[in-house]
Amino acid sequence: MAIALKSACFLQLKKPEVNFQGFLPSKRAIVSVKRYTPVAAIKTMETVGLSETFTRLKKQGKVAFIPYITAGDPDLSTTAEALKVLDSCGSDIIELGVPYSDPLADGPVIQAAATRSLAKGTNFDAIISMLKEVVPQLSCPIALFTYYNPILKRGTERFMSTIRDCGVHGLVVPDVPLEETKTLRMEAKNNGIELVLLTTPTTPTNRMKAIVDASEGFVYLVSSVGVTGARASVSDKVQTLLQEIKEATTKPVAVGFGISKPEHVKQVAGWGADGVIVGSAMVKLLGEANSPQEGLKELENLTNSLKSALP
Amino acid sequence: MENQKTGSPLSQRPDSFGRFGRFGGKYVPETLMFALTELEAAFHSLASDEDFQRELSGILRDYVGRESPLYFAERLTEHYRRGTGEGPQVYLKREDLNHTGAHKINNAVGQALLAKRLGKKRVIAETGAGQHGVATATVCARFGLECVVYMGAQDMERQALNVFRMRLLGAEVRAVHSGTATLKDATSEAIRDWVTNVETTHYILGSVAGPHPYPMMVREFHAVIGKETRKQALEKWGGKPDVLVACVGGGSNAMGLFHEFVDDDDVRLIGVEAAGLGLETGKHAATLTKGEVGVLHGAMSYLLQDDDGQIIEPHSISAGLDYPGVGPEHSFLKDVGRAEYYSVTDEDALEAFKRLSRLEGIIPALETSHALAYLEKLCPTLPNGTKVVVNCSGRGDKDVQTVLKYLKD
Repeated sequence: MAIALKSACFLQLKKPEVNFQGFLPSKRAIVSVKRYTPVAAIKTMETVGLSETFTRLKKQGKVAFIPYITAGDPDLSTTAEALKVLDSCGSDIIELGVPYSDPLADGPVIQAAATRSLAKGTNFDAIISMLKEVVPQLSCPIALFTYYNPILKRGTERFMSTIRDCGVHGLVVPDVPLEETKTLRMEAKNNGIELVLLTTPTTPTNRMKAIVDASEGFVYLVSSVGVTGARASVSDKVQTLLQEIKEATTKPVAVGFGISKPEHVKQVAGWGADGVIVGSAMVKLLGEANSPQEGLKELENLTNSLKSALP
Repeated sequence: MENQKTGSPLSQRPDSFGRFGRFGGKYVPETLMFALTELEAAFHSLASDEDFQRELSGILRDYVGRESPLYFAERLTEHYRRGTGEGPQVYLKREDLNHTGAHKINNAVGQALLAKRLGKKRVIAETGAGQHGVATATVCARFGLECVVYMGAQDMERQALNVFRMRLLGAEVRAVHSGTATLKDATSEAIRDWVTNVETTHYILGSVAGPHPYPMMVREFHAVIGKETRKQALEKWGGKPDVLVACVGGGSNAMGLFHEFVDDDDVRLIGVEAAGLGLETGKHAATLTKGEVGVLHGAMSYLLQDDDGQIIEPHSISAGLDYPGVGPEHSFLKDVGRAEYYSVTDEDALEAFKRLSRLEGIIPALETSHALAYLEKLCPTLPNGTKVVVNCSGRGDKDVQTVLKYLKD
């Protein structure tokens, strides 16, 4: 049912305001969230996890559309709205980036978004508070994208139970390679969080096999050698990499890094990917818009055009 | 000194995962994992490659100017002589006399030769004070490698002379404006470049920090400092030093001096960090003194972070110590109690800068001045005749403008 309803977007910015003042630790700016009453009201189906989402889509012959946005850019209330827009426009999973001071795997667009977000006072507790409010209104699962140090600082066990309690289903940690994932995997499993691992064009085949074996939810194939950020085209090598991964596993594979245009997602889907991840292009729209409303409108337009290029 | 659990000497670290106890490791994007494995294999094979070792020691001798002297600082020793006529004897390991004016060249030469063996024609580096950038630009000129140095925009201002030097040597210096535009941001940007160009590029990381194998590899290339010191001490007084003192930012000059003596229980190892405006002000770079364990730039170590795990901007008058992390092996040596770590303020360092200039005719780098400043606290506590070796890690010509500005203000 939720699936059928997701074909239409509900971009109506009005409605009651809820402010997050209560959960903010201190003197930070007051964040307000305007609710999408219609979406909140019609959610009737329990949101399923990442791998189940892929299973369901596969049965329908569909490829997952997975947008990424940075939490708190331009502010957390806009992030809350953006999650709802992305959900109602038919996103299948949403990756939400936790801003970090030293994002090694990110290119200039996401770096700048993280810097702006942190400068505004975004912190982990405020993101969690926002998610507690918003996740129940979404029909698609959320995967958090965060660097390792904020997890360590909180304690891996506490971090996992905190994100579980606010309804997060998946986790991507770009600076923890397979060898160092032992504790993360154990604590994720204990809390029902799917820990997604990444494989890249420089990963040797044997290593790729070990990574896809250990990955939960889906396998994240990094499309190019480099950091996040839009590129003019997608390397042909992705086709070969997809074939190799498909020979090694039946787990779903989503392709990300550098994917920004309808022709990219179409091409990658044609090569057999089970999902496409679009990050910097989304983040740029929200970050560079003249107003949050304008940014959300552009986010909706981009989502629709990317979605319509997918089966 | 042995670890009680495993019985292996403390110096026999890291393990095969790049761990020094709980510290170190490889926390990097997957794209770099293959390059790190390749680098580690190349480093191990070259360690036993006689041609490579011969080439390296030839360059260290004829180009870098090793060995560097172990100099008896007579008037500094006099300065610390007590009323009774007793006091310690202070020696300086003169790394400031190396080509390019600091210890940094030892590692740069080693890694440039390694890059050549790996067939990589492009080299990148990060730099804070500019000393590592100059050393890297120098060896790239010497070996005909393309060189890009990332430097925080703020540091470029503080160290304009070194920026000019690097450009003169043919390197491209790229300003980093993100974050606080200092060493941490330059390091992040160098890692991003490496993630993007890993197939053609070697990253000459400048400290005993970063993902494995860097902390081990950089230590080994600097270990020549401690080895020479042992030999020179034996020649000069027929024994070992009693106390080794070195400044610690990332910690490469300190590890270079300490490593040879880590298993000698009777040699005290003292690292001196930057307390900036004072530990209580929060404006410092005293990672081991005030930091908490976390992951930064590929390794687990002590670092300066806030309650949310975001990295805090450090402060030091010395650009080379202005780093919120520290090499993982220092964290390990601190935790097992093998090395001691203290901190001195900007002001203390400036006093030491002037003191060495006037007493010995040696203008030390501001980084080195931190190690020298700690002598004020240390020397009065030492028995008569104690042999103290301070790593005089760099010369201070690059810092005279900073000091001039500071003394005027």
